[in-house]
Amino acid sequence: MTRLSSAFATPALVAFITAGDGDTAANLDALVQGGADVIELGMPFTDPMADGPAIQEANLRSLGKGTTTADVFQIAKDFRARHPDTPLVLMGYANPMIRRGPEWFAQSCEAAGVDGVICVDIPPEEDDDLGPALRAKGIAPIRLATPTTDAKRLPQVLEGSSGFLYYVSVAGITGMQQAAQASIEDAVAKLKAATDLPVAVGFGVRTPEQAAEIAKVADGVVVGSALVALVKEHGENAAEHLQSLTKSLADAVLNAR
Amino acid sequence: MTDTTPNSFRNQPDDRGHFGAYGGRYVAETLMPLILDLEREYRAAQADPAFKAQFDDLLEHYVGRPSPLYYAERLTQDIRQTAPEGKGAQVWFKRDELNHTGAHKINNCIGQILLAMRMGKTRIIAETGAGQHGVATATVCARFGLPCVIYMGATDVERQAPNVFRMKLLGAEVVPVTSGAATLKDAMNEGLRDWVANVHDTFYIIGTAAGPHPYPELVRDFQSVIGKEAREQMLKRTGKLPDILVAAIGGGSNAIGLFHPFLDDRDVKMLGVEAAGHGLDKQHAASLAGGFPGVLHGNKTYLLQDEDGQIAEAHSISAGLDYPGIGPEHAWLKETGRVEYTAVTDTEALDAFQLLCRTEGIIPALEPSHAIAAVVERAKVMDRDQIVLMNLCGRGDKDIFTVAEALGVEM
Repeated sequence: MTRLSSAFATPALVAFITAGDGDTAANLDALVQGGADVIELGMPFTDPMADGPAIQEANLRSLGKGTTTADVFQIAKDFRARHPDTPLVLMGYANPMIRRGPEWFAQSCEAAGVDGVICVDIPPEEDDDLGPALRAKGIAPIRLATPTTDAKRLPQVLEGSSGFLYYVSVAGITGMQQAAQASIEDAVAKLKAATDLPVAVGFGVRTPEQAAEIAKVADGVVVGSALVALVKEHGENAAEHLQSLTKSLADAVLNAR
Repeated sequence: MTDTTPNSFRNQPDDRGHFGAYGGRYVAETLMPLILDLEREYRAAQADPAFKAQFDDLLEHYVGRPSPLYYAERLTQDIRQTAPEGKGAQVWFKRDELNHTGAHKINNCIGQILLAMRMGKTRIIAETGAGQHGVATATVCARFGLPCVIYMGATDVERQAPNVFRMKLLGAEVVPVTSGAATLKDAMNEGLRDWVANVHDTFYIIGTAAGPHPYPELVRDFQSVIGKEAREQMLKRTGKLPDILVAAIGGGSNAIGLFHPFLDDRDVKMLGVEAAGHGLDKQHAASLAGGFPGVLHGNKTYLLQDEDGQIAEAHSISAGLDYPGIGPEHAWLKETGRVEYTAVTDTEALDAFQLLCRTEGIIPALEPSHAIAAVVERAKVMDRDQIVLMNLCGRGDKDIFTVAEALGVEM
């Protein structure tokens, strides 16, 4: 069992915030204390083209404070020291990940105790740019499936991926509308028939009620923009608010079935 | 060129959309199936004589092709006055500024909207910097009756007001983009965000030879009409091929359109001209001269970026060159040594702009003004019987306000 696979033994809450936005260490602690099962830490990028306004702004706030790639890995390393058992995945865009070469990036992930990597803009077709280096270090390349990923394409998405499968429930950007529950149920059933990996569902999930509905069918629920919005609202003092929302989401997910 | 020189420079990209180490398909999973559909549909269109016939017909009767090949006699004389004894090559222009809408951009838009309709798409989106691609896209959408949304950085909306009005007249919705620095790069991000949310009915008309495969290839193919015509016209008029081709490069669509049909003519040299902005040691838009390979907007190519891979803001007086990346085929042509690349500053481009106005009675766009500056320097050291062929890819009506401001003239 890896940290990641253990985390999905019961329905899991995957909580996202952007590294370097607000008091990140305190915010990450708050997510764990609130009951998040997996932490998804966003690597800031100047051009987050798959993200909606909330996470775009978080990226720019973080970069505006001078956050570097070294800072992101330091945040991860410190988190790992404080929370040896909570899985941590990095989410971001290709260019910052491959800038110094994929081997450097994978090595840094390993050294910081990162369990997996979600790269938005490296599809299976371009896996050579990052996948082999991650796998060589035992870091899970976590892929995305979407409403446009058909049955014919799905095996290609699953090939070489591990950790969990992230189902992007709407064709769109983060933090906007939520998909209809029926379409999520249908999609998750198809994905689970094709893989033994846990399936986590994200995009547009904001409330405990939505999270509970999804957790009835999926192994995990990803919440990002709603948490990031709290960091925007409360700045350096967001931790208690994050913990409170995380707790209500985590309780809803855990008690969904 | 080395012993690894390929047999042909005209057989890229490979079947995965790679030009050597560049290009590819770096997009979110939501877009991948659509990108693959587009490639299939493009292959079908290439094999369909009816598609080519419709494209050619529109280029002839709607765009006004072929564009003339013009010997710039007075500019040539002007160059010779300051050139060493016996030097000063003949300067010729491929006059794509005479196209409908005033630039080469329309060639590509015609091709892409025909593809969009083949795919059954009913809504068109595009990004624009200076507004030329936006105007060309709005034009073809009006021509074919499709709704059109143009993403344009809020900064550019302000400094390119005449083009914004043109797009609106043509029935397009212009959406000002306020994220980032609110210029072309941010407009492209917003275009991709729209596309990912509307994949079922929307076609994204990318304006330059960049983006995920097959865009760099199909934009090049649609723009190659420039080089094909020029090659034929030059042979007919002079009985020989030019000694050197010159074109300005932002993303690089007008340059690749001119260069590609000549790539296997080994005696024809080629020079791509990037925007050096305030200078290569200051803020500029010369991705090949000052950038490093990376991934942005769907392709791997040279990018202006910092050591962490964060994308830098480009600067050029020409909004059409103001982009921190470059088409992947140019990245490959640079590495193979087949094409030489140089860079020209804002000031040099402004001087060349005025030079062409005075010597030829042609007001060029600021984009080709960069190429003109390079042409003047290059022609001076070439023999008088040699030929420089430059793509005059756009006219300068849109730029007169920018130029007036730079020259300190109140309008």
